[in-house]
Amino acid sequence: MRYDSPLAAVGNTPLVRLPRLSPSAEVSVWAKLEDRNPTGSVKDRPALHMIEQAERAGRLTPGCTILEPTSGNTGISLAMAARLKGYRMVCVMPENTSSERRELLAMWGAEIIPSPAAGGSNTAVRVAKELAAEHPDWVMLYQYGNPDNAGAHYAGTGPEILADLPSVTHFVAGLGTTGTLMGVGRYLREKVPGVQIVAAEPRYDDLVYGLRNLDEGFIPELYDESVLTTRFSVGSEDAVRRTRELLQQEGIFAGVSTGAALHAALGVARKAERAGEHADIVFVVADGGWKYLSTGIYTAESTEAAVAALHGQLWA
Amino acid sequence: MAIEVRIPTILRTYTDGAKAVEGSGSTLDELLADLDTRHTGIRERIVDAGELRRFVNVYLNDEDVRFLDGITTKLTDGDSVTILPAVAGGSGLPADRVGGR
Repeated sequence: MRYDSPLAAVGNTPLVRLPRLSPSAEVSVWAKLEDRNPTGSVKDRPALHMIEQAERAGRLTPGCTILEPTSGNTGISLAMAARLKGYRMVCVMPENTSSERRELLAMWGAEIIPSPAAGGSNTAVRVAKELAAEHPDWVMLYQYGNPDNAGAHYAGTGPEILADLPSVTHFVAGLGTTGTLMGVGRYLREKVPGVQIVAAEPRYDDLVYGLRNLDEGFIPELYDESVLTTRFSVGSEDAVRRTRELLQQEGIFAGVSTGAALHAALGVARKAERAGEHADIVFVVADGGWKYLSTGIYTAESTEAAVAALHGQLWA
Repeated sequence: MAIEVRIPTILRTYTDGAKAVEGSGSTLDELLADLDTRHTGIRERIVDAGELRRFVNVYLNDEDVRFLDGITTKLTDGDSVTILPAVAGGSGLPADRVGGR
């Protein structure tokens, strides 16, 4: 495949069947390899689309500063696009995200404003909103509420999946900004009668929960529950176990949130198999494992040791 | 029949600090009633007027029961039930608080 620029190479990612993890010939699990995007994550799609739509609308003009609350991947994607397009980039991110992510942002020239670990993404969003109020000339694309986030998946990811696998029965992805699920979900629901849209949300350990204020529940503005068929809550242990299985059994080196999506995909696969139904289940490999190497989870002797290594870290 | 029930930190005062307990019942409703016979008061924290409380999420084999049959969701031996406070921010979007803030 040939493209006129690196940015034009966003999307058109491979869809691969997982022969060892698929439970039977009737029930197949397929991985959409979004780590094959230019900066290595699914976020290249919404980042580029949000920037281009903001340019089209006249919100982003040469010399502008882009501000975004992000725990990593969206910031990395925005930073790369901003560097190539000549914008200044400021990211607000929780201070307990991995050092690889901070290095990657710095590498693309982004400035990082750390937000307190307590409250995770919620706090990063709040800090970013305060900064946006202080600097009215900065442009916050705001992935949690920007329809162009979901729009990128409606226009790209969804049609790609349907073209490659017209028999798709289930789509499974992580629930963060909700953009992937909303965009692909809406597209597939329009085209595939009865398709099931399945969210996999990360469930952090008690340490992280203990830091949270229960009244502070934050729902991304993009979230529309009616798009979802069901929702799985995946704990750190299952997410890590599946991430390791994906590597060891299928040779796919993915980040931990992908393990959570795989866990939910295998959950619906088991239900389909029990019910004697045919299923083609697509799940999203959101990023590769590179940014999580320092956690040691890929080489730990056991799942238990790997989970202990991840303890207290945000992995999605 | 035995169903494993994982208890969140804020409800462990009812389980003598245990992270997980066992219970029985053919539906979630029956399971919670069964738990209450040994952990008095725990049901009240999860159920209000016969429905799951707003800020509590319950998962059957990691799947949110609000997308199944709620408190009448059927259970089978060997199932795992997880009770969690509904918090969010990349995690734990409460099912009944849609549309942002």
